[in-house]
Amino acid sequence: MSSAFTKSAARNIFYGGAVFFFLLLLGLTFDTMNTLPKRDNRENLSESALRGKHIWETRNCIGCHTMMGEGAYFAPELVNVYTRRGPDFIKTWMKIQPSGAPGRRQMPQFHLDEQQLDDLVSFLKYASEINTSKWPPNIEG
Amino acid sequence: MKYKSQAVAKPYFIAAIGLFLGQIVFGLIMGLQYVVGDFLFPAIPFNVARMVHTNLLIVWLLFGFMGAAYYLIPEESERELHSPKLALAMFWIFLVAGAATILGYLLVPYASLAKWTGNDLLATMGREFLEQPLPTKIGIVVVALAMLYNLSMTVLRGRKTTINLVMLIGLWGLAIFFLFSFYNPGNLVKDKYYWWWVVHLWVEGVWELIMGAMLAFVLIKVTGVDREVIEKWLYVIIAMALISGLIGTGHHYYWIGAPEYWQWWGSVFSALEPIPFFMMTVFAFNMVNRRRREHPNKAAVLWALGTGVMAFLGAGVWGFLHTLAPVNFYTHGSQITAAHGHMAFYGAYAMVVMTMISYTMPLMRGRAANSRISQVVEMWSFWLMTVAMVFITLFLTAAGILQIWLQRIAAEPMSFMAAQEQVSLFYWMREVSGLIFLVGLVLYIASFFIKGKSEAATA
Repeated sequence: MSSAFTKSAARNIFYGGAVFFFLLLLGLTFDTMNTLPKRDNRENLSESALRGKHIWETRNCIGCHTMMGEGAYFAPELVNVYTRRGPDFIKTWMKIQPSGAPGRRQMPQFHLDEQQLDDLVSFLKYASEINTSKWPPNIEG
Repeated sequence: MKYKSQAVAKPYFIAAIGLFLGQIVFGLIMGLQYVVGDFLFPAIPFNVARMVHTNLLIVWLLFGFMGAAYYLIPEESERELHSPKLALAMFWIFLVAGAATILGYLLVPYASLAKWTGNDLLATMGREFLEQPLPTKIGIVVVALAMLYNLSMTVLRGRKTTINLVMLIGLWGLAIFFLFSFYNPGNLVKDKYYWWWVVHLWVEGVWELIMGAMLAFVLIKVTGVDREVIEKWLYVIIAMALISGLIGTGHHYYWIGAPEYWQWWGSVFSALEPIPFFMMTVFAFNMVNRRRREHPNKAAVLWALGTGVMAFLGAGVWGFLHTLAPVNFYTHGSQITAAHGHMAFYGAYAMVVMTMISYTMPLMRGRAANSRISQVVEMWSFWLMTVAMVFITLFLTAAGILQIWLQRIAAEPMSFMAAQEQVSLFYWMREVSGLIFLVGLVLYIASFFIKGKSEAATA
C-alpha cells in the first residue's frame, strides 16, 4: 500500500466505518421492529403457540429440520409443513415415530401428549402464516 | 517466548486440538447418517450428533482464540499477563463446563436437560448453535469477562499496539454480542432477527478482527516485515470487514419475515464481504514475499498463507455464490449453505487457530521451530485436511445444486426425502473426503510427538 495512505488514515476509516455502519444497522433495526407487526403474524401468537414454540425448542427440532431455511438440512423444511401436510397428519406422524425402516433416516419418539401435540401444531400454523416474502419457492420447502 | 506467562496458552491449545478431533468424529457420524439413516439410532440421533459437532467447533475455536490472546497480548504489551492464575482457572472452568455440556447432550434427553438446567426460568435453548443449557451460557459469559479483565489490565498497563487493541476489541465484541443469546422472544421473527446478532456478528463481524489480529501477529514474526506496514493492512482489512459485514447481516433477513428492503441492503453489502477476505490473501502473500528473514518454522508460514486463501474461497467465494437475494431464494437452507459453512469455518477460523498454534507451540516447548521431519508431517496434515475440505465443499455444492433443482425448480418438484435419495452418491463421496480429513488431523496431532533434530535455536 502506498506510503501516502498512512496508518492513522486506515485507523480512522476503521473506527469511523464501524461506528457509522453499526448506527445504520441500529436505524434499520428500529425501522424493522416498527414494520414487523404488519408481517410477523403476532396476532396469532397464542398461548398455545407459545407453548408449542417451547416444545419446538426443548426437543431440538432445529437439529434436523429447517425453519424458514435455518437449522439443519437433514430433514424437511417446517415453516410450511402445516400447509403441506395439515394438522392431523403432523400429529399422527409424531405419534408413529420412529419408522424403524432399515437404512432410512429416523426421527425420535418424543412422547408428547395430546395437549402438547396441539400446541406444537398451533406453533407451526402460526409460523406458516408469517410473511416470508413467498419463501419457500414451492410447497416441498 | 518472551514472557513466562505466555505459556498459559499451551493448555488452551491442547484442549482446542482435542475437541477438534471430537468434532471431526461426530462429523463423520453425521455424514454416515446422511446415507445410512438409522446408523447409531436411537443411541445418537442426528440432532444430538449435530449439536456435538457444531458446539465442539465453537468451543474449540474459542479455546484457540483465548489461547492466542493469552499468548500474543503479553508479547505485544511487553509485560507479563496481569494474572496467569486467573487465566488457568478459567481454562479449567471452561473445559469442565464444555465437557459437561457435551456429555449432557449425549447422555440425557434434550428436553430433560432443558428442564434440569433452568430453561423454564429463562428459555434460551433449542436454537441452532445456541443449544447450550443456561448454566453453560452463563459460564461462557463468566469465562469471557474474566479473560477480558485479565487481558485489558495487561494492555492498559503495557504497550498499546494495533494488534493487541484489535484483538481486544474483537474479544470484547465477541462477549457483548453473545449476550443476545439470552434474548429469546416468543415472536419467531424477532427471535431469528436477534439470533443473528450472535451468529452473524460473530463470524462475519468481530471474529474477523480476532482473525486479522492473529494473522498479523504471526506474519510480523515469521516475515520480519515492518510493523507499520502490517498494522496498516490490518486496519484496512478489518475496516472493510465491518463496513461490509454489519449491514451484510441483512442477507439473513430475506425470508424470515423481516421487511423486504433487506433484500437490497443485504445483497449489496454482503456482496462486498469477500473484499476483506481477498485482502487477507493478498496481505499474507505480499508479506511473505517481502520477508526480511527466513523463519525456520516453515509450517507456520504455510498455515498463514493457507488461511488467507481458504478463508477467501470458503467465506468469500462460497458466500458470494448464494448471497444475492434472487439466488438465495432458491439456495436458502439447502446443501449449498452446508458447503459454504464447512469451508468458511475451516478456512477462516480453524486454519487461523492452527496458524497460531503452529507458530507458538514450538516456542512454548523451548525451540524456534520443530524438527524438519515434524514439520514435514505437519505440512502433510495441512494438505490432507485442506484438500479434503475442498472436496467436501465441492461434493456438498454438487449435492446442493441437484437438490435445489429436483426439489425447488423442476416442473414436478420432488419431496425433500425423495430428492435426498437422488443425491446420496455425493453424500457418500463427502464421507470419504471426511475420512481423509480425519487422516490429516491424526497426522497433525502426531506431528506434535515427532522429535527429530531441532532447527536453528534462535527465533
